[in-house]
Amino acid sequence: MSSIIEVRDLSKTYASGTSALKGVTLDIREGEILALLGPNGAGKTTFISILCGLVTPSGGQARVGGHDIQREYREARSLIGLVPQEIALEFFETVMNTVRFSRGLYGKAPDDAHLERVLRALALWDKRDAKLRELSGGMKRRVLIAKALSHGPRILFLDEPTAGVDVNLRREMWEVVRRLKAEGVTIILTTHYLEEAEEMADRVGIIDKGRLLLVRDKADLMHEFGQKVLTVELATPLAHLPEALASLGLSLAPDGLTVSYRYDSNADRSGIARLLAAFAAEGIAVRDLSTEQSSLEDVFLRLVRDLA
Amino acid sequence: MNWRSIATIFNFEMARFWRTPWESLAAPVVSTVLYFVVFGAAIGGRIQSVEDISYGAFIVPGLIILTVLQTSLANASNAIFMRKFVGTIHEILAAPISFLEVVAGFVGAAALKSVIIAIVIYLTALFFVDLPLAHPALALVLLVLTSFGFALWGFLMGIWAKDWQQLQFIPMMVITPLVFLGGAFYSASMLPPFWEGVAKLNPVLYLVSGFRWTFFGMADVPIAASVLALAIFLGLGFLAVWAIFRTGWRLRP
Repeated sequence: MSSIIEVRDLSKTYASGTSALKGVTLDIREGEILALLGPNGAGKTTFISILCGLVTPSGGQARVGGHDIQREYREARSLIGLVPQEIALEFFETVMNTVRFSRGLYGKAPDDAHLERVLRALALWDKRDAKLRELSGGMKRRVLIAKALSHGPRILFLDEPTAGVDVNLRREMWEVVRRLKAEGVTIILTTHYLEEAEEMADRVGIIDKGRLLLVRDKADLMHEFGQKVLTVELATPLAHLPEALASLGLSLAPDGLTVSYRYDSNADRSGIARLLAAFAAEGIAVRDLSTEQSSLEDVFLRLVRDLA
Repeated sequence: MNWRSIATIFNFEMARFWRTPWESLAAPVVSTVLYFVVFGAAIGGRIQSVEDISYGAFIVPGLIILTVLQTSLANASNAIFMRKFVGTIHEILAAPISFLEVVAGFVGAAALKSVIIAIVIYLTALFFVDLPLAHPALALVLLVLTSFGFALWGFLMGIWAKDWQQLQFIPMMVITPLVFLGGAFYSASMLPPFWEGVAKLNPVLYLVSGFRWTFFGMADVPIAASVLALAIFLGLGFLAVWAIFRTGWRLRP
């Protein structure tokens, strides 16, 4: 896949002296969903804002669709749609007028048929004549997406699209993003919800303190850093773990009824067979077994701890 | 030039004006009538004429300039300040448009509103006084340039202002005094020589004087000086806006 966005050593130091971005290099592939994950203040919004033309970079280069974001800002920006984090709308305008305005601002000829498709896809068509201030929070957020899509961008930036959004709406939002990806739109979303990155992304980039710690295919990332936990439920409680079991790296829960074993799911030998044999040898009756894949959250916390 | 983007901003701003025609147009008409009652009837009764022009007619060009300055500044500064305040400025900044196009849209709309209001005031004045218009074409040119110039400075003010207080500060503390001391209601020649000299340092005097010349063919300063002052004023405003977009001051951190 070719790169639609190429970022080289991009940095930003604000006038206040805050160094928000410290030399980020990244290629974003056409048609992928890239999730930029990081805690608040990690530099995610600064990164997006530079690419969209809201913030001037202090150093480095970025090209969007092959166009330098500063020298060829017209070409670069016309490929981009931005859904900002904050809900900022002209509250006395109607839905239809505000999306028409966005399209016109990008210099595109009026095309109400396209706008109708966008509004229908976002379940806003029935509300097209409603004033923005009359809409619910979830609808306002969808209006922001409709505005960003009004000029038919090839790249969509979603800055914290589901911050402060309820569960249903979050699922709805994910559905919208999936449909856009199916249409070939490249999507870059920032989030501090790991669940979101795990659910949506093809690739995950982890940003912390202005640095891009890594970018990896989500599956590889989970695989590479993924650990599994085997939980063994015992038939009768144990006061303490026999020496033979403790030496295998097991830990006993305070209730004495569950034993857990952490292992690398990619290793040649998981050690489970040896473990179960040890249980039998000690004469401990096992009632149930379960395994659990570590979540991206665990991966993330480990990475931030190890790499920062 | 991206004409479609300019037209989009321009039409959006004008829509606000047409949506509330009563507030947009009635207010300047009412205040003009008030000026006629107070200055024209009450004071004008004592002054009678300034250089052979009835006082009531004499104050009309100044009155128009006064309103044009205030509405141009207010419209342009509010338009951009509100977007900063609400956050919708991001949309303008992220769009593939140049500073020239943004300015043309916002400042053009603010200036056109002022021109419309000026014409409404002129028509209102015709009900009260005999008003010659010696050089109508030049009057329109000066009116448009003045509206545009002050809309440009209003736009700058809106970018500069960080809160509502700052937004009110310049019109209250700078523009209103300059307008009142700029010969809108009197001729500088009516002042003692020293104060006449001081008055001629006031840039607004040149605008009022020049505009009055297009009506009556008489002025405090030569018409060429007025046109030059206006050109300098416009040029400085344009340079300042250009510099702001170039550096991103208070717009793009």
